[in-house]
Amino acid sequence: MMTSDLAKVVAVASLAKAGTAIANDEAKFTFQTPQTLVAHQIYDLHTVILGICILIAIVVFAFMFYAIVRHRRSVGHQAKQFDTNTPVQILWTLIPCLIVVGMAFPATRTVIAMKDTSAPDMTIKVTGYQWKWRYDYLGEDVSFYSGLLTPRDQIENQAPKGENYLLEVDNPLVVPVGKKVRILVTANDVIHSWWVPAFGVKQDAIPGFVRDSWFKVDTPGVYRGQCAELCGKEHGFMPIVVEALPENQYKTWLAEQQTKNKVASAAAGAAAGRTYTLDELKTEGEKVYGRSCVACHQANGQGLPGAFPALAHGAITTGPIAGHVDIVLNGSKKNPAMAAWKDQLSDLELAAVITYERNAFGNTQGDILQPSDIAAARK
Amino acid sequence: MSTPLTLAGDAEHLDHPQGIRRWLTSTNHKDIGTLYLWFSFTMFIVGGIMALIIRAELFQPGLQVVRPELFNELTTMHGLIMLFGAFMPAFVGFANWQIPLMIGAPDMAFPRLNNFSFWLLPPAALLLVSSFFVPGGATGSGWTLYPPLSVQMGPGMDMAIFAIHILGVSSIIGSINIITTILNMRAPGMTLMKMPMFVWGWLVTAYMLILVMPVLAGAVTMLLTDRHFGTHFFNAAGGGDPVLFQHIFWFFGHPEVYILILPGFGIISQVIPTFARKPLFGYRSMVFAMCAIGIVSVVVWAHHMFTVGMPVAGQLWFMYASLLVGVPTGVKVFNWIATMWEGSLSFETPMLFAVGFIFVFVVGGMTGIILAIAPVDIQMQDTYYVVAHFHYVMVAGSLFAMFAGTYYWLPKWTGHMVDETLGRWHFWLSMIFFNLTFFVMHFLGLAGMPRRIPDYPLQFADFNMIASIGAFGFGLTQLLFLYTVIKCIRGGKPASARVWDGATGLEWTLPSPPPHHTFETPPVVT
Repeated sequence: MMTSDLAKVVAVASLAKAGTAIANDEAKFTFQTPQTLVAHQIYDLHTVILGICILIAIVVFAFMFYAIVRHRRSVGHQAKQFDTNTPVQILWTLIPCLIVVGMAFPATRTVIAMKDTSAPDMTIKVTGYQWKWRYDYLGEDVSFYSGLLTPRDQIENQAPKGENYLLEVDNPLVVPVGKKVRILVTANDVIHSWWVPAFGVKQDAIPGFVRDSWFKVDTPGVYRGQCAELCGKEHGFMPIVVEALPENQYKTWLAEQQTKNKVASAAAGAAAGRTYTLDELKTEGEKVYGRSCVACHQANGQGLPGAFPALAHGAITTGPIAGHVDIVLNGSKKNPAMAAWKDQLSDLELAAVITYERNAFGNTQGDILQPSDIAAARK
Repeated sequence: MSTPLTLAGDAEHLDHPQGIRRWLTSTNHKDIGTLYLWFSFTMFIVGGIMALIIRAELFQPGLQVVRPELFNELTTMHGLIMLFGAFMPAFVGFANWQIPLMIGAPDMAFPRLNNFSFWLLPPAALLLVSSFFVPGGATGSGWTLYPPLSVQMGPGMDMAIFAIHILGVSSIIGSINIITTILNMRAPGMTLMKMPMFVWGWLVTAYMLILVMPVLAGAVTMLLTDRHFGTHFFNAAGGGDPVLFQHIFWFFGHPEVYILILPGFGIISQVIPTFARKPLFGYRSMVFAMCAIGIVSVVVWAHHMFTVGMPVAGQLWFMYASLLVGVPTGVKVFNWIATMWEGSLSFETPMLFAVGFIFVFVVGGMTGIILAIAPVDIQMQDTYYVVAHFHYVMVAGSLFAMFAGTYYWLPKWTGHMVDETLGRWHFWLSMIFFNLTFFVMHFLGLAGMPRRIPDYPLQFADFNMIASIGAFGFGLTQLLFLYTVIKCIRGGKPASARVWDGATGLEWTLPSPPPHHTFETPPVVT
């Protein structure tokens, strides 16, 4: 590796830095600062049980090291030939039993509290996708996707990494403080896990099933987490960001979203009626491709042999257009990795990306798909 | 007049093929044991190289060494190869060498099956390793193979499934062989409650293997039919349930953890009395503790699944049962320390590894107790805390126990004493680098770093760098182990029959190295 010398220098420098960071930042050694009742309970539970465990370890190791130092042949210690002691054995079976029961008590309380999703102030449906999240504010007519914002060149070491590297999203989940928020968690493709450490919430998102959890944040702020269940190659790149706002600001935000949705659907309606040129569609399609398709099919359309098919000179991208529309809208039955995009993308986006795929990477189909064609295909 | 007949029979029996035929066709427990041990060490190095590529990628934030998809393939294969290719066969290797010697049997009960169960392993390993080179690469679903992700994978996943089938068959045959040997071929006078602890450890382990390996085989077969034959066991759209796989998998997976540790417990229970020069404290309670661990281990599986959203009753049951495992495990640790207590201790390399084992195993056990607490586990599930925990139990537990066993019995196997200086270096370097690698992972997990990610936020950078440095040190240290073992095989101070002055048991009544066939007339144990 040509950078190995540099790496060594960095290693030494960073070890030195780690030393000072350790002194300054206590939070590095334990859980993130808890922000909800459940997270507080978990934090305290961990502290108490860790304390008990350390105590037990100290006692056990004290005996062991005493024997190692004092009962060794090199200091002339003679072995005493005993191999049983019933009272001691009963004692060291009973005491751990009591300790374990003592630990189980407070933990039970927290388990019950965590599962108590009754009487929420609001409910948000959280859906995991490869590889982003979708949030639906039930009854509010607000829903959006939330994906990684960190630019690819930071990940590829082409640009300096920002402060919230890999922990920043385009559309954070916004919630009001002081309200009990119930989340319904599910997934669209594979299992994901919605995790915000500061809330003490980690709920697997299981396709086809809905599980729930809840949190009530007390302090306004931005809280960050990551997907916690391996969900494919971009598993490390689907963070969760929750912005907790005071209630009035939340209301404003919600109203803004609702207006934005109305404007967007009006625009989509207008878009559906319009006829686009090939260049317009290709320009728009390239953007959609960069957001939704590039992770698997790659920037050059070559895919990854064996896992993700190539679009360049592909059977579908150069075949009949109806087959192409079908697989993008409804996903592939043969290869479950190909998702159904009809709910994730608008008519215009779908028309644009399909047109782009048929006229990029060396494909020269020359055919144009209009949003109205997609609308027809949806029926 | 019977003499010529007997001679003819013996001549056939004593036929020792040399060269390649000796190893391919061997039915001798010692040769097969050696094969198992070398095979597992080879896989240990293969799995270790994968771990080092993983740690090289995680040395700094950003993607440098491998692409995310290859990263997932490496974490998956590191797990599968270490568990099924390195650790399980290594313990079977110890069983092959030691069980007949320790119970005074001439060989394993089914010598030909024994040969077969070994030679199933190389094709399975070949399937696993070569799956990297098929289109789509090896499976990147994590060693836990959770659907629907594993259903998305390419042909590498099918190769992994078939490899698991073959390894499962090998394990089951091996276990049947071990159980039959132990139950039927003990020397006269050796009652069950007089058996050496290593033999006890394997007896419980073999029963557990027979119980859970078929369950794993069933789970992966269901995956296979979901992948190719249109079944929907794990597909909600067809009426199945992805979580069902997790239940079946962990019904195998949790006992598997104890399968990998009980023979290690057995080795430690042989080594400590030898170097304390007094008998094992609480033999009966050790046996009961092992049986208790074996039984309780099959009712705790869903503590790996606290985040799937189980009902309260389910969470509480699996939390209480998991905490309970701590009691017999604790009893074992107390018994080992009581064995050391008032002994006349000396610290040759096997004893160093045994004491090192207790030290790191207690750390892994304590984090196990913490993880058993459901609410705390929900916070730690799928983070580096879990990675730290199971490496403390697996590497420090199983591996250190196997190192202790190797240094303990190698003079018996080879007839040469091990170079003590090299052994000590191996111990101390392993101990330091192991803790350097894995202790900091506790902090990473607590601070919120998920496992199985190829790149991470900047606040995790310092500890990851330390862990990577430790990992490379630990990996290189194992080459020292290889050198030490080869040096011992090639020569060294001749070992006496008893080897260690505090050693007791039938294997020490045989010369070092033992002849090709031993205990043709059973010894009598009083």
